[in-house]
Amino acid sequence: MSFLTYLISGLSLGSIYAIIALGYTMVYGIAKMLNFAHGDFIMVGCYIIFSVSGALAGNSLVGIVVAIILCTLLGITTEFVAYRPLRGAASPLAVLITAIGVSYFLENVALLIFGADIKSFTSVIKWEGLTFADGQLRIQGVTIVTILVSLLVLLVLQTFIKRTKQGQAMLAVAEDKGAAALMGINVNQTIMLTFAIGSALAAIAGALLCSAYPSLSPYTGAMPGIKAFVAAVLGGIGSIPGAMIGGLLLGIVEILSKTYISSQLSDAIVFGILVIVLLVRPTGILGKVIQEKV
Amino acid sequence: MKKHDNLITYAVVIAAYAVFQILAATGNLSSHMKGLLVPMTYYAVIAVALNLCVGILGELSIGHCGFMCIGAFTSAFFSKLTEESLPGPLRFFLAFVIGIAFAALFGFLIGIPVLRLKGDYLAIVTLAFGEIIKNVINAFYIGVDSKGFHFSLKNSMELGMEKEGNLIVNGAMGITGTPHDSNFTVAIVVLLISLFVVLNLVKSRDGRAIMAVRDNNIAAEATGINVTRYKMMAFVISAAIAGAAGVLFSHNITTLTASSQYFGFNASIMILVYVVLGGIGNIRGSVIAACVLYLLPELLRGLNTYRMLIYSIVLIVMMIVNWSPKVIEWRKRVTSSLRRA
Repeated sequence: MSFLTYLISGLSLGSIYAIIALGYTMVYGIAKMLNFAHGDFIMVGCYIIFSVSGALAGNSLVGIVVAIILCTLLGITTEFVAYRPLRGAASPLAVLITAIGVSYFLENVALLIFGADIKSFTSVIKWEGLTFADGQLRIQGVTIVTILVSLLVLLVLQTFIKRTKQGQAMLAVAEDKGAAALMGINVNQTIMLTFAIGSALAAIAGALLCSAYPSLSPYTGAMPGIKAFVAAVLGGIGSIPGAMIGGLLLGIVEILSKTYISSQLSDAIVFGILVIVLLVRPTGILGKVIQEKV
Repeated sequence: MKKHDNLITYAVVIAAYAVFQILAATGNLSSHMKGLLVPMTYYAVIAVALNLCVGILGELSIGHCGFMCIGAFTSAFFSKLTEESLPGPLRFFLAFVIGIAFAALFGFLIGIPVLRLKGDYLAIVTLAFGEIIKNVINAFYIGVDSKGFHFSLKNSMELGMEKEGNLIVNGAMGITGTPHDSNFTVAIVVLLISLFVVLNLVKSRDGRAIMAVRDNNIAAEATGINVTRYKMMAFVISAAIAGAAGVLFSHNITTLTASSQYFGFNASIMILVYVVLGGIGNIRGSVIAACVLYLLPELLRGLNTYRMLIYSIVLIVMMIVNWSPKVIEWRKRVTSSLRRA
């Protein structure tokens, strides 16, 4: 029974990673850049929910909506100010370093406004959860909501990309920017939309992350951000179902290894799995194999 | 590359060394600044190592601090073990040999899987290995007593040591009391040796082969270059130099812990920032960028809370000014119109 509890909490953590990884993988697939600041968008989202709910005496729903809107604006602004000027730069590393700069910037702005002390975050989900088998198996409300939200996000994103014109434009830009532009697709606008969606997802992930692990500091987003990136690579970067599978796998492995092997070594195990998977499948679980041509 | 380019690089390093030594001798350097000299130099060393990997070999590594970590821990372990039995200079020399050898060995072992991957996948696996090294070292407990070595992954009680035994590696508490052997002169010598190794490698037949692999590995292979061998060569040398930086690090600090601050991916990324701002493939640039960027936040300390904010803005602006195609074009237009005027 306890194994089941851990498995479910692994699923829940994995769902959070999956939502973050979806943002990562979309931005990577389309802009071909690692947005290292993505993890910090999560942190920004958390602080916005924290402040707004604080000001409105615990009305967290408004907080979440405000956080999603502001994070979306933040994503668009970052893309416009910091990343767009570097599109087509001689080295792809240039934009990577700028993303690191944005990450430092956001962390330090948060540090200046809120200070370095850890804030305790009130869960946005008030539901107690379900109890099965005479109280032997308790599933917390936040766990259930997290898993459901991530499934919903996956479904909406898949439909959006497969069924709408904008989604098709994204696929085209991901495939070949130049050709897409020739077909009359506005490449800049499509990339901006991708950043907007990715950042909105970061805000949602932030709300769920801080509800499950209620401690908030300027560095809250960094490690989940990097783990989600690992998840995106694990599933095959650029692939949306891949990000979901990668995220869930990572979350389950992390929780189970923390419980049964060693909490000290759980990160090493998580990263070890990544190494093994990439050795067997060098482009991730669902990644496309691109043949190198001479 | 011009004929005297390498000599200029050595001259710059020696001149900087002389300037800092004179400033220190005449009492113009605060004790805080003096404490920054050794870290500044070992960051320059690891920036040189990373530039060999990123600039010359062309493979993005974001786990180089892992090699530094290995060099730091193996050498500190050795120095603690032989603190009483060996004379200082010999012990420090052997510590370098051991730190560099282990970093190179791990560079080789990690290189086997890593170098089969490409691009961003390679980068994320180096990040993964860096984190694995840090995490595993954090879980190590090693002690020594009259019966020999004791080893555990749980805690120091598990070692079952005698009372007078010596606990050397204490898990997340790391290694305490490594002899304080590093100084600015040794650090500069290490920097000069690593520059000598890398700059000569670049000019040699092997170096040209490595750069051929970077520029087009299929064409390189077609001309008979053993791609795997040269990739591995550059990667192992890079890891070894990072290990040397680690030896300087561990012998300059009282308590050595495998913390994220020094050996996590953030630290590796910070070194990548030095390399990119100094110029990818430009070894001298890495040294200068590492020194300037290491000192910059420290010099901004007067601005206190705003210093990292300013640093991040400087970073973003510098990247856009240096790399944006539109800004480069605009700069060209301005300079050409100035020339005409």
